[in-house]
Amino acid sequence: MSDAAIDIDGQGAVTRLGPTVSVATAGDFFSLLKPRVMSLVLFTGLAGLVAAPGVMNPIAAFVALLCIGVGAGASGALNMWYDADIDAVMARTARRPIPAGKVSPQEALTFGLVLSAFSVFSLGILVNWLSAGLLAFTIVFYVAVYTMWLKRSTPQNIVIGGLAGAMPPAVGWAAATGTLDIAPLVMVAIIFLWTPPHFWALALYRSADYARAGVPMMPVVAGEAGTRRQILIYTVLTVLSSLAPVALGFAGVAYLAVAVLAGAGFIHYALAVFRSPGDHKIAMKLFGFSILYLFVVFAAFIAETAFGITPLVAA
Amino acid sequence: MTEPEIVPVALTPEQVRARRSRNIALAVILFAMVALFFAMTIVRLGGHAMDRI
Repeated sequence: MSDAAIDIDGQGAVTRLGPTVSVATAGDFFSLLKPRVMSLVLFTGLAGLVAAPGVMNPIAAFVALLCIGVGAGASGALNMWYDADIDAVMARTARRPIPAGKVSPQEALTFGLVLSAFSVFSLGILVNWLSAGLLAFTIVFYVAVYTMWLKRSTPQNIVIGGLAGAMPPAVGWAAATGTLDIAPLVMVAIIFLWTPPHFWALALYRSADYARAGVPMMPVVAGEAGTRRQILIYTVLTVLSSLAPVALGFAGVAYLAVAVLAGAGFIHYALAVFRSPGDHKIAMKLFGFSILYLFVVFAAFIAETAFGITPLVAA
Repeated sequence: MTEPEIVPVALTPEQVRARRSRNIALAVILFAMVALFFAMTIVRLGGHAMDRI
């Protein structure tokens, strides 16, 4: 329900009469959860959960993943609530539920807060409080640090803010073991370093949109040449970090083969972007490949853990 | 003293559809939550939970 101004006498005399009935469907609320982002969060959370030592009860594992997914979705809803003004002026986001007029800002805020509390407390009560604390940190970091502070103030917004999106493997691991270790932190580092080239590839394609909205994304502030150079640097760092699990002994030959092949593809596209000024189609190809890259690398993690690791280096 | 007449809000077909969609989703989520909390309670109680009653 939301307050509305109603033309009461048909002559343009507007009176605030009180609440009107919402036209938001369940699908509109689901869109607030950013389902595509949520699917990648779930997948990397699953990797942390599967890679953890010991056997977790499947129902507890399902609850942990559900809470991780709902918590990520809740932070997406709160992000859409806070950013509704800039979403309305950007072509990519203008059809989101709030700027499209389907969901009121108040509905989105309430939805996001309720789901945040529900996901954190359910994870704490049903699984353990370390994973719940990490999930709460992830939500607060994404909403307060990234959305409310960094996004509109610095081109390093998604570099630092990327930590929120990188946390799911640590939450998954903590849910399974009640502790943290070097392995989930390496997984976090891989996603943390992957985020800038992934997001800046999209920002290159949408730089006019960000400039119109007044968001200081890297291409708007540092220019395209500087962004392309930084994309290449972060891509190389991502691929190098993806080899750390092998060096530290918690991934084996199969993972190494996948990480090297996928990494070569990632660097190939980053180099193509670096060498092609003004070619935004290749930037979008890099954006698409970066999603595939993360999926493949973490799928290799999951598969190798499921079928048994043949380590090159003793853990 | 006469009671003021209460005029019910007439919903548009779009509002009725949206409300029905929200209600169904909420019902499914509530039932799923009850099932999930029940299942997790059994898991946390461990094996032979019924013997403890």
